[in-house]
Amino acid sequence: MYVAVKGGEAAIQNAHRLLADRRRGDRNLPSITLEQIASQLSLAVDRVMSEGSLYDTGLAALAVKQARGDMIEAIFLLRAYRTTLPRFGYSRPVDTAAMLVERRVSATYKDLPGGQLLGPTFDYTHRLLDPELAEDAAPAAPEARSEAEEAMPRVSDILANEGLIEEDGSLPEDREPGDITREPPEFPMERDQRLQALSRGDEGFLLALGYSTQRGYGRNHPFAGEIRIGEVDVEIDVPELDFPLTLGRIRVTECQMVNQFKGSKKVPPQFTRGYGLVFGQSERKAMAMSLCDRALRANELDEDITAPAQDEEFVISHCDNVQATGFVEHLKLPHYVDFQAELGLVRQMRREYEERHKGAAADTERREAAE
Amino acid sequence: MVSRQERQALNEQRREAMAVLAKANGSDLLALWNEAGLPDDAKILRGPETGLVTVRGRMGGGGAPFNFGEATVTRATVKLPTGEVGHAYALGREKMKVRVAALIDALRQKPDLQDQIEDKILGPLRARQAQADATRRAETAATKVDFFTMVRGED
Repeated sequence: MYVAVKGGEAAIQNAHRLLADRRRGDRNLPSITLEQIASQLSLAVDRVMSEGSLYDTGLAALAVKQARGDMIEAIFLLRAYRTTLPRFGYSRPVDTAAMLVERRVSATYKDLPGGQLLGPTFDYTHRLLDPELAEDAAPAAPEARSEAEEAMPRVSDILANEGLIEEDGSLPEDREPGDITREPPEFPMERDQRLQALSRGDEGFLLALGYSTQRGYGRNHPFAGEIRIGEVDVEIDVPELDFPLTLGRIRVTECQMVNQFKGSKKVPPQFTRGYGLVFGQSERKAMAMSLCDRALRANELDEDITAPAQDEEFVISHCDNVQATGFVEHLKLPHYVDFQAELGLVRQMRREYEERHKGAAADTERREAAE
Repeated sequence: MVSRQERQALNEQRREAMAVLAKANGSDLLALWNEAGLPDDAKILRGPETGLVTVRGRMGGGGAPFNFGEATVTRATVKLPTGEVGHAYALGREKMKVRVAALIDALRQKPDLQDQIEDKILGPLRARQAQADATRRAETAATKVDFFTMVRGED
């Protein structure tokens, strides 16, 4: 039974007013602008776009501001917004080989066409807090080196020549890629649906699961074959024109994980692969995604499923932080009636327990007296 | 009658021009448009309206396609008094930019305006985009690792 309880309206109103005040903070400081958030907290914005599953830096910056920097709240805001927009269609698959590369490293090949480009990375910094940043010190302009444009083929394409590594994943030609935002998920899933779920999955959750595979829970010894970050063209076919239209460019991070594989009854020993592709500069997330993608292919590769990261239903059902936060956080909403009902039940059970106990004690006493 | 090759060449030019417009910075495009002094008497047939496009990737980079997220896209369609219809689609939510891009797409179909549009709008935009890309490439290239080997011991 549901009993509607009124009241709390004024409290809610005042709470939201208080929230707006606290969000603004000290009025002696200038209010932070969306442009400042988008350009100076750009990796926070990237994470919100990737897990909010909506590429729009302005909206993601607004979400970060509105959520006071609470990432999952910001992701939630972006997800809610996207449901208000009409859908124009699906893009052509982006071509990451043609990326305007801003960073590209491979842990498997030292000398590869295009070279190792570190880009704007935290790697090799000493992780010491920088007091100069606390002041407003202007950084030096970036060094520039003009070089002839060199093609940067994906490492996986270089390795594929020897046949010691599996090909890019394939699905039946006539398959329309699954869309988990349109059809409710059903298990087992195809790899395309899993990749979509992983790409918008929670970075922390996927990171922990990826880490668990490295520590022996579903071991599949990985190498970072290649990580590349940069901008790719997005193209779409529209009915009004008989050629593909370029919509512009988006920044993505791609990770190709290469894994040892001893082979199975059907497949000879070779390297297998896990794939990660996410919006923005989100290297940790792309790496975690590719570890999880590989672990979740256990069934396809005839591996024993022994670890959480290999359990498709477990991983995919719990990687969405908007769903997770909704269910966990709903616990704080009023459950007064549910709780009253359970309280009544526990009281009754306690009464019965005590009666049984008393009865048993009386029995023992009687027996002892008789003896 | 236009031959198939001619039509393909025209389509390719139009596709390239629309790509330049879609990638343009909104304020750059509007500034160039205002300076160009081209006629702005088209009727809006659709939009400008903002919606979503689901972006696809390929597993492993070149394998089967999959959906990996959505992006905001704004589109507009305009019609000139002389009948030419122009379209524009661009990532983001800049309605003014997309309306102007659709106008330019329509005006480009008038042979007598093509040179003017090329000189005053598309050329400058293309040059800016090429310059920005070159800067980005050069800055990235400066972070390239130049490996060298230290020979240790005797051979």
